[in-house]
Amino acid sequence: MTLEKVPPAPPDGTVAKDAAPEETGAADLRTPAWIGTRRRHPLTSLAVRASVPALLVAVWWYGSANGRISPDVLAGPGAVLGAFEELVGTGQLADYLLASGRRALLGVLAGAGLGLLLGIAAGLSALGEELIDPTLQMKRAVPFLALVPLFISWFGVGETFKIVLIAVATVAPMYAYTYLGVRGVDRKVVEAARGFGLRGARLAAQVVVPSALPSILMALRISLSVSLTGLIAAEQIGATEGIGYLVTLAQQYYRNDYMVLCIVIYALLGLAIDLAIRGVERLAMPWQRQVRAR
Amino acid sequence: MSAPAGEVAVRVRGLRKAFGDKVVLDGIDLEIRRGEFFALLGPSGTGKTTLLRVLAGLERPDSGTVLTSARRTTVYQEPRLVQSRRVLANVTLGLPRSARDAGRRALAEVGLAGHERAWPATLSGGEAQRAALARALVRDPQVLLLDEPFAALDALTRLQTQDLVAELCARHRPAVVLVTHDVDEALRLADRVVVLRDGAFASDQTIDLPRPRDRDDPAAVDLRRSLLSDLGVTPVPALTPRTEEY
Repeated sequence: MTLEKVPPAPPDGTVAKDAAPEETGAADLRTPAWIGTRRRHPLTSLAVRASVPALLVAVWWYGSANGRISPDVLAGPGAVLGAFEELVGTGQLADYLLASGRRALLGVLAGAGLGLLLGIAAGLSALGEELIDPTLQMKRAVPFLALVPLFISWFGVGETFKIVLIAVATVAPMYAYTYLGVRGVDRKVVEAARGFGLRGARLAAQVVVPSALPSILMALRISLSVSLTGLIAAEQIGATEGIGYLVTLAQQYYRNDYMVLCIVIYALLGLAIDLAIRGVERLAMPWQRQVRAR
Repeated sequence: MSAPAGEVAVRVRGLRKAFGDKVVLDGIDLEIRRGEFFALLGPSGTGKTTLLRVLAGLERPDSGTVLTSARRTTVYQEPRLVQSRRVLANVTLGLPRSARDAGRRALAEVGLAGHERAWPATLSGGEAQRAALARALVRDPQVLLLDEPFAALDALTRLQTQDLVAELCARHRPAVVLVTHDVDEALRLADRVVVLRDGAFASDQTIDLPRPRDRDDPAAVDLRRSLLSDLGVTPVPALTPRTEEY
């Protein structure tokens, strides 16, 4: 058994010379190849995270400064900063962000809240799944932009229309990810908790939702991003403020610096959403902090 | 395993490993030869598994030399089978297609012939652990690392699996490192039993009892008592009035 195999080709630098001579056949001993996972320094991680966005900004800056990027195609950082200062100076930017923030918050609260409840119901009970899932899968295929004309005819172009549109847009992603997360909860733990008398809302609140929290927070991330898309659609019509309205303005007056500023604002909002959810993850899931493969 | 021990397959010198301030391994020296069955005993959290993980390349020592033979595999407490692949594909995981026949032979050796196309989720706990054993065997290991491989099995399956492991190790003669906190298991299987405490070997005993071993053999009873006391477990006289069996 031991002799039929040729010992694997040795020298790759890891063969220990000092271990060789005295014992018979001990020459092929080597240091075990490292297959574990490295612990990264948080600062290294942060630097790597920041590097790609920083590189993109640097290319933009450099390209605009030496004229490689025409200002008609993409306004330079200077022009965008100018537009930013102009909007901050008049107080419009703060008003726009506040107005959009309020719409997005109410819309996401209603839509994602409903999606969460439906996702939990469908994930926990077979009846819930049968009742809810087909409808929501169909609803998911309907682009929420297709609902704009209908909603305007129902609600007019006021605040209600905007909030309902965002709510409707965020139901489906929240539902889908929550459902997935709830299905992934350890059935045995749920079974045990049922045995200890936990039912319905208490079971969901104490056992199911905490276990499904990673998926739910991922759903919240996506819902918040979707709400930004919803804002553009909703604020194109019947709005005088809001970051979606800013996009419309930029388009109407063909202001390239405003267009790019809008993109930068959306990118920063994306970053803010990500940071906020990461913060919530740390605070809301203390039990996940020190989990390692063991 | 009365046959003479083979070449050195594991050599550890001055191994030190700390997690933060806690030193779990403090200057370990160890040499294991092929065909030797080495059992590492110790209470929870003493660094038994850390030593095994260092040998497996999953943990890096802070200092010291660690050398092992190249063909080295691990069986864990849980089977750790990939649920999305059939049993045979799990056994030959990471090996070329030409290894499939060897995989079938390994499955037959652990008594799982006919289960090649089964999904891991359909196996019982004992069967899954035997599949994990076949996955280690098919690699023809010079060093076999066993991290409490019987701990999750029911009592009867555990005895059967222990006998299977003893038989397979006698046939294939790898150097075996068994991490366990079950004294009887160590006494049943090992040629050498070491108790790890405070980062060092608190005791180191060669077991040369005849096999198959009888747990009521007076020598085994003495060894068990001495190992238990090395582990910090002392019999409570009032609770064991009648026999010497525990």
